[in-house]
Amino acid sequence: MTMDQPVLEAVDLTVVHPPRGGRGPARAVDGVNLSIGRGEIVALIGESGCGKSTLARALVGLVRPTSGEVRCEGVPLRYGAASLKAFRRHTQLILQDPGGALNPRQSVYDAVAEGPRLHGLRAGLDEQVRRSLSRAGLRPPEDFTHRFPHELSGGQQQRVVIAGALALEPTVIVADEPVASLDASVRGEILKLILGLRDEVGLSALVVSHDLGLAWNIADRVAVMYLGRIVETGTVEEVLLHPKHPYTKALLSVLPNSGAEAPTLLTGEAPDPTAIPAGCRFHPRCGRWAAASSEERTEAACDRRDLPVLAADGSHAACHLLRSNALTESV
Amino acid sequence: MTLLQVRDLAVSYRDGSGTAPAVRGVSLDLDTGQTLGVAGESGSGKTSMALSLLRLLPPGARTSGQVLFEGEDLLSTGWSRMRAVRWSAASVVFQGAMNALNPVQPVGEQICEPIMLHDRVGAKAARTRALQLLDSVGIPASRFGAYPHEFSGGQRQRVMIAMALACRPKLVIADEPTTALDVMVQAQVLQLFADLVREEGIAVIMISHDLAVLAQMCDRLAVMYAGRLVELGPSGQLIGAPRHPYTAALSRAFPVIGDPASRRAPSGLPGDPPSQARLGAGCSFAPRCPVALDACREREMELWTCGDGRQAACLRVLPEYSAPQGESS
Repeated sequence: MTMDQPVLEAVDLTVVHPPRGGRGPARAVDGVNLSIGRGEIVALIGESGCGKSTLARALVGLVRPTSGEVRCEGVPLRYGAASLKAFRRHTQLILQDPGGALNPRQSVYDAVAEGPRLHGLRAGLDEQVRRSLSRAGLRPPEDFTHRFPHELSGGQQQRVVIAGALALEPTVIVADEPVASLDASVRGEILKLILGLRDEVGLSALVVSHDLGLAWNIADRVAVMYLGRIVETGTVEEVLLHPKHPYTKALLSVLPNSGAEAPTLLTGEAPDPTAIPAGCRFHPRCGRWAAASSEERTEAACDRRDLPVLAADGSHAACHLLRSNALTESV
Repeated sequence: MTLLQVRDLAVSYRDGSGTAPAVRGVSLDLDTGQTLGVAGESGSGKTSMALSLLRLLPPGARTSGQVLFEGEDLLSTGWSRMRAVRWSAASVVFQGAMNALNPVQPVGEQICEPIMLHDRVGAKAARTRALQLLDSVGIPASRFGAYPHEFSGGQRQRVMIAMALACRPKLVIADEPTTALDVMVQAQVLQLFADLVREEGIAVIMISHDLAVLAQMCDRLAVMYAGRLVELGPSGQLIGAPRHPYTAALSRAFPVIGDPASRRAPSGLPGDPPSQARLGAGCSFAPRCPVALDACREREMELWTCGDGRQAACLRVLPEYSAPQGESS
């Protein structure tokens, strides 16, 4: 479907954490296809514990997949020190809490220069640091280089973290909840920055969040994750305006300003990756399944029949109860 | 009937060189059974304001003004009277139930404690009431003896709500009750809380940074910026037609999905909230305000009435400064 090679993709990726404390192995990522095209912003949406952060970490090479692979410009990622080092110039991670991501005893200059220094890029380092700071919206950069994290506001700290990522001139950034710890008025400014970087320097991004509004604000495509799998994917307009999967519908209905008459509250607790239900993993909490007639139940068999892993491109929802969906194409 | 009257409430904290004002003259009224949402960003003073109502601030904080609860000034009353008011007349749902519950005491006992102290009933009656409360928040009686760490975040927050309602208070102050929770759990907890307070006719002051959540829960909203109220009014009107530019910015920060205006157009507010130590003359919001006038930097702001039950601390609501939309100087 896509014209170009994706800059970063996950292919049939699984990450299984070993058993701990008497529980079975945790299938944090349980078969995911996801691709980020050149100059594309993809939002990965899910609740805590759905495996979205593990997937993000696998995509930047911090977690080794149990099976499947991460591909960078179509080439499978290898986990030797040298290939990972080269990969870091291509893909950079931005973490949730900027206060924790910055070394309190390191000046802004050193925080931003650390990446290029590790990669031996000492020529023109000053210029590179200044350019990165200024791209991240810290202007003029001279006002910031000698400051320390505690002298900056939360929004400025996040800009420093972003500048540090930009200093290696990556092709993709993977941002894990980049605005979750920021104030409402600052949130929009950081999102504007990510959107602006795409428009100005063609930076691709995967933004991991629990916030559907964020996807509406900046993303081109969105993938909704539930218990280790992507359950619905497509363009932002398709997924957020015409959701197909009951989980996506429920997530949208509980937004405070959704305008939905009666929000679909899911009962039960957040799902447990050590005990993934058989069949459709969402069926124990699915309102659509609970309301299904006995014929529908026999036909759909959500409680027994497994769903295929969705393809990375196009628009799909992993649900047996959708009559006319694109599911059949997605195996 | 007016349950709570706050008059010119101010809170300041001592810091290294002097005092840093956190709340600078807040006045508001709350009727019996009414729900008020207080919105603002971190550092706006909303938590200091709410906790000072029940004198829950640390010793370093200095509070002045009046907090009249059913006509009695809580800021000047004696400590024994204050202890009687807490829990039985007014209670608090703190943010982060994780830290607010005692980790080494079963939750059932923690709920019984205020009931036995304030209702002066025996252990058995308290237990009956506690089980009833747990049931009302959807936690089975079998979990009475469980410890906080055995519950999920959402369940812990529901235990906190059960505790806050234990002595049938007239007022509940909820400080960011759902901040650390997932969207789905947040919706569950909010709906539960809304149903319980409505049934019992309890007045609520709910604090959050999320204007949309507050608008859904509360009859009226108050927006705080740099320790002051900048806008006050009925929820629907305040969100639909904000009169203060800060309220407008806050409400735009959380987009409505499907609204073409916010698609690929995140909305923020340049600049950072002012530090308490560096508050100049005039409107504290003027340095970040997209429609500030010269007069904004000189004239002292107050909450001017701008419509039925609405007030805003913005010169633009005054006839002599009101300008056509979009014009700025």
